[in-house]
Amino acid sequence: MNNPDPALFGSAPPKPSIWNDPFYRSLFFQFSAFVVVVLLGKYLFDNTTENMARQGIASGFGFMGSVSGFDVTSSLVEYNASSTYGQAFLVGLLNTLLVSAVSIFLATMIGFVIGIARLSSNWLIAKMATVYIEVLRNIPLLLQIFFWYFAVLRPLPSPRQSLDMFDIAFINNRGLYLPSPVFGDLAIWVLIALVVAIVAIVFLTRWAKRKQDETGETFPLFLTSVGLLIGLPLLALVVTGFPVHWEMPVLQGFNFRGGLTLIPEFVALTLALSTYTAAFIAEVVRAGIQAVPKGQTEAANALGLRSGVILRQVIIPQAMRVIIPPLTNQYLNLTKNSSLAAAIAYPDLVLIFAGTVLMQTGQAVEIIFITMAVYLLISLSIALFMNWYNKRMMLVER
Amino acid sequence: MKFFNSLAALAVLGATAVVHVASAATLDDVMKKGFIQCGVSQGLPGFSNPDEKGNWTGIDIDVCRAVAAAVFGDANQVKYTPLSAKVRFTALQSGEIDILSRNTTWTLTRDTSLGLNFAGVNYYDGQGFMVPKKLGVKSAKELDGAAVCTNLGTTTELNMSDYFAANKMKYTPVVFEKADEVVAAYDAGRCDVYTTDRSGLAAQRLKMKDPDAHTVLPETISKEPLGPVVRHGDDQWLDIVKWTLFAMVEAEEQGITSKNVDDKLKSDNPATKRLLGVEGDMGEKLGLSNKWIYNIVKQVGNYGESFDKHVGPNTPLKLTRGVNALWNKGGLMYPMPIR
Ligand SMILES: N[C@@H](CCC(=O)N[C@@H](CS)C(=O)NCC(=O)O)C(=O)O
Repeated sequence: MNNPDPALFGSAPPKPSIWNDPFYRSLFFQFSAFVVVVLLGKYLFDNTTENMARQGIASGFGFMGSVSGFDVTSSLVEYNASSTYGQAFLVGLLNTLLVSAVSIFLATMIGFVIGIARLSSNWLIAKMATVYIEVLRNIPLLLQIFFWYFAVLRPLPSPRQSLDMFDIAFINNRGLYLPSPVFGDLAIWVLIALVVAIVAIVFLTRWAKRKQDETGETFPLFLTSVGLLIGLPLLALVVTGFPVHWEMPVLQGFNFRGGLTLIPEFVALTLALSTYTAAFIAEVVRAGIQAVPKGQTEAANALGLRSGVILRQVIIPQAMRVIIPPLTNQYLNLTKNSSLAAAIAYPDLVLIFAGTVLMQTGQAVEIIFITMAVYLLISLSIALFMNWYNKRMMLVER
Repeated sequence: MKFFNSLAALAVLGATAVVHVASAATLDDVMKKGFIQCGVSQGLPGFSNPDEKGNWTGIDIDVCRAVAAAVFGDANQVKYTPLSAKVRFTALQSGEIDILSRNTTWTLTRDTSLGLNFAGVNYYDGQGFMVPKKLGVKSAKELDGAAVCTNLGTTTELNMSDYFAANKMKYTPVVFEKADEVVAAYDAGRCDVYTTDRSGLAAQRLKMKDPDAHTVLPETISKEPLGPVVRHGDDQWLDIVKWTLFAMVEAEEQGITSKNVDDKLKSDNPATKRLLGVEGDMGEKLGLSNKWIYNIVKQVGNYGESFDKHVGPNTPLKLTRGVNALWNKGGLMYPMPIR
């Protein structure tokens, strides 16, 4: 074997026949799989349309423009019974997005706190966190939703006996009633001040980081940011002479009118979704933190950093790399779980669109198709955003 | 996860096409499998409700039992599928059930664009409002600003919207997928008003903590003719269900009951003879045995018997015959001539 055979090593290996070429082979199999899927899809589509036509079931998307004729419990946009099914769709979609966004935010907060608490050296805190996780993630979500709904509802008084909080907010079994701000023309300056504050904070952050990198001096970034965020709009308010007044909820007939209302369905669903998902996020966070080598903590300790700083500046940034992908999963789950809303009358996409609109029009195929597509789109957007965030976190790493 | 139920039903609609959806001969299918699959409510006392032993009872159940008696000569050849208001039509469209007998209102949209046919009416009803007595409300006209609890996927949703708009009143709808949650939420004070069919109110109040603490307001805001539904495109099956309903009413009109039906076999009234299959071939015309009405009355009873047994004044629902009396007693129950 001293002289390798030039036929084997010097020139290219002999070309296999097309049938045995791995490239063409995989091309062939992928293409056939594709054709089968397309044919199957077409077959299902044709059969469905044919069956529907034979049974006289209406089809098409024309219904989206027809008048809906029903009202909804609460809506983020102008809507009433003379709006269209298309607008009803929008109402449901926005309500789904609202409850998902708020719940994702809260679940992340609670999840991080519990996850960190679980690793606490304080026995009681660690055990309490463990109990929280084990209880919440082992009870079916639907039951928890009912629990929160009736736990929120039952103890609350009727509107006429509302709990009065300084004549500003009122709580009863129809919801939480808050004053809503009504903005005058000059209020635009408050908005501008807010934007200015945000921009200033962005620059300040960069500047503080550069300063710390170069000189090692730290800057009280957090406090300054909060100050700016509150101070600038406040200043604008004073200068323009308070162009805002508050619309107060007033008890009239059966209930309060005017102001802002948080319905109990929203509160219960948000509580259920966020506490339930938080249990899973806590485990994700714990796993992420434990994945950071112990040496990192020890090194930071040796540098004399305080434990809060170690957690925030050393552990969490490294743990994030491990945390983000499974965290994304939890966000997707939460969004999909929000479709359980219909059980407690929260007017989400499934209740309004795949529920009432479907029943009213009978166009199940189209409506279920749209609803699935929307959930897919929401999930993909969350996944895309989280992937982007993940990449960014990676780049920060060296 | 109800969402996924509808999804599954749709998948059936797409995939069962291999063997064409059980659209054509439901009678043949039913004969082959030996029982009728009947879609009912998830528990509405008097209409379709499982008793302590788990047997389904009610006037909607009697419709299914009567069809089974007509088809098989045995009223027990029925299996039941409990359905929420929301999924009921998909279950019928996809062939999961043979008849939907679930306090379902006959409307034009349902009859046409859902691809269904209504076989008749077994209870004439109308939508009403229930309020707690302590609210002190005497008329529906006083409900401006009220929160109203009701069921998803019912005629109720649209009717109340019409009613409040017509009377220039505002309201907040609170819409639940399942009937039991509507009752629970109303009982917990989420709503001032519970609205559904008046018969439904009479039935659902039995589930409340204190049934006597509530009152039904005098206004009836809609027409709710409730009846059995079958798939569009199977005329024979439609005829069987339709004439089974008529037969039960006709039997009451002629005074034939489950108690005296055997004696009536000896009657020399030609109409009675025809009805009970002693003479003529009424059953054969439907593809059934000529004993079909005899079997229905013997095993299930006539319409009046069914009504009294399940929803009448001596039941917890305490409903009177009202418009559901026979046409010659001032009501709307008018069977077409069986001849
Ligand atoms: N008749 C109306 C309403 C039918 C309906 O679903 N009513 C409710 C409230 S009475 C019900 O049957 N609930 C019992 C259940 O869902 O099991 C319709 O056909 O839309």
